[in-house]
Amino acid sequence: MMTTDNSGDVRLSGISKTYGSFTAVHPLDLTVPQGSFFALLGASGCGKTTTLRMIAGLEDPTSGTVFLGDQEVTHLPPYKRPVNTVFQSYALFPHLDIFENVAFGLRRRGIKSVKKQVEEMLDLVQLGEQARKKPHQLSGGQQQRVAVARALINHPKVLLLDEPLGALDLKLRRQMQLELKRIQTEVGITFVHVTHDQEEAMTMADTVAVMNAGRVEQLGAPTDLYENPQTTFVANFLGTSNLIEAEVDSRSGDEIVLKAGGGKLTLPEARCSAPATTGGKVLVGVRPEKISLTHAEDAGEIPAGRNRITGRIADSSFIGVSTQYVIDSPVCPEFEVYAQNIDRDSRLVPGAEVVLHWNPAHTFGLDAAQDIDAGVEEEAA
Amino acid sequence: MSTLTEAPPPLDPTVTKTPENKPPRKRGRLTPYWLLLPGILWLLVFFALPMLYQASTSVQTGSLEDGYKVTWHLATYWDALSEYWPQFVRSVLYAGSATILCLLLGYPLAYLIAFRAGRWRNLIMILVIAPFFTSFLIRTLAWKTILADGGPVVGALNSLHVLDVTSWLGMTSGDRVLATPLAVVCGLTYNFLPFMILPLYTSLERIDGRLHEAAGDLYAKPFTTFRKVTFPLSMPGVVSGTLLTFIPASGDYVNAELLGSTDTRMIGNVIQTQFLRVLDYPTAAALSFILMAAILLMVTLYIRRSGTEDLV
Repeated sequence: MMTTDNSGDVRLSGISKTYGSFTAVHPLDLTVPQGSFFALLGASGCGKTTTLRMIAGLEDPTSGTVFLGDQEVTHLPPYKRPVNTVFQSYALFPHLDIFENVAFGLRRRGIKSVKKQVEEMLDLVQLGEQARKKPHQLSGGQQQRVAVARALINHPKVLLLDEPLGALDLKLRRQMQLELKRIQTEVGITFVHVTHDQEEAMTMADTVAVMNAGRVEQLGAPTDLYENPQTTFVANFLGTSNLIEAEVDSRSGDEIVLKAGGGKLTLPEARCSAPATTGGKVLVGVRPEKISLTHAEDAGEIPAGRNRITGRIADSSFIGVSTQYVIDSPVCPEFEVYAQNIDRDSRLVPGAEVVLHWNPAHTFGLDAAQDIDAGVEEEAA
Repeated sequence: MSTLTEAPPPLDPTVTKTPENKPPRKRGRLTPYWLLLPGILWLLVFFALPMLYQASTSVQTGSLEDGYKVTWHLATYWDALSEYWPQFVRSVLYAGSATILCLLLGYPLAYLIAFRAGRWRNLIMILVIAPFFTSFLIRTLAWKTILADGGPVVGALNSLHVLDVTSWLGMTSGDRVLATPLAVVCGLTYNFLPFMILPLYTSLERIDGRLHEAAGDLYAKPFTTFRKVTFPLSMPGVVSGTLLTFIPASGDYVNAELLGSTDTRMIGNVIQTQFLRVLDYPTAAALSFILMAAILLMVTLYIRRSGTEDLV
């Protein structure tokens, strides 16, 4: 799969799109390497679909250039670009049967004997039996597979997927995610996948670009994005983060010591994306599953060197594998903690005084000049 | 305590439920038929009965003075057909030409309104329908002025040598447009154009724009997209538009009467003359039935051929 061929690279440089006074996409530089599974993740209206459509040629960029490999395609019409798209709700041709839908691209390129290729492709997506049916006779999942087959049969340099799983129910979506990932590994084509579902992006993609208000907030591997968010938007949009306003107290070696609500917290310097000058403000973040809960009476048993915060359990909900607690703490009104249900402490009920503690290595620091709640609503929607 | 004793005793469910439940269900089942009744009566009085009456007229013999009697004289049909077949053929030719012209003129316009007009869409739609606000007769008479001998339109066509071509095709004669087949076909085209545009627009407007994008994405050039996606998907509109144009146009007599001459008489003119001037009711009725049968036959064949059953 690894090749030196770069014809499937997608390079966007300074690309932007404005509609009247509204800027859908701010000038953007992005490189998607050949053979990778790349996801553009964001809430609706963040510019991810517009970016995809500019790669497909369905939207003319206001500025900037689009390269596919070494070929500039910025002003090429879609039918001259070596890319294919799987559209949201599929856009299958209702007047053609499944066979002809899949054969459409081959026929347009003047290929006469399409039968073998189409049959192979339909077998790949397990629809060999349905070849002579019309799209409306198929289920949503089957239509989705036709849409993928119709695009893949052309062996595009890049396959663009615009919320391809959005219309499917949860179970089918999980199944198709694995299926798409399998197909991508098998054919080795560059996939650019647009989605608003963070779990989908993290499961499928090698690289995720989180977009917000027409800009890429952060780009990286899913684990990297999750563990080291650079902005409050990414911290809140991708999973859940507890963010605390803190003041830089001192620095010792490669650690920053912060003051928050009377207590002290330690933050590895490498994990702080903001300039931490003594006396300055920093947002300290920690993921809910990294935190341990200990009843206040047992506070003495907590090993030294861990970050600690005190609080009272405001709410708890049991969800099987874990219990989710909401802690009312002086430093943060709604601190979330996800505790694995291994040894349940029966004293941990709403109203109980607790100490929250975690390994300082799991702490991250963000620029305090940002909106602390950015990306919270979007994630809930 | 008084309220308690006055309260109605709980009713026995087996007694109350049956009479209460059954009649509404029955009434509910009959409601659609009651609602259909006015329409059925209307069709009976204004369609079925006149048809029967005409059918009986067509097999009567007699004269105006002695009165007509049903004699099952089916030869009227054969006589009418053998005498007036040229007018039948002419009607089909004129109506067919007008339908094709309507399709050629109407399709681009409907396409424009559906996909390109943007905020002008409603205005253009109003302009398409606007002619209906004036009388059919007045609009057709206006064409008499437009196509008048020596008028600017005829002058322009003449100097562009268009009339030489149409003359050669037998559609005009000499320097005249009025009183020629061309004038009648133009009149028909003009009068029935909205009946073509509206169904075309409706079916084009329903096409999902993403299908065009998908076709482009799958290497179809704009014209190929039109040929392979847009046009096939607009077939329901093409079929209903051509039917709505062809059927009334083939029975029309106003355009041939006002814009044509004795050489351009269509079957509608013959029927009108037979009914209102010659007063030969059996022949007129027989001609009407032949026309109806011919149209039904052509329409059936057309729908079969265009194969749009599963699209409509």
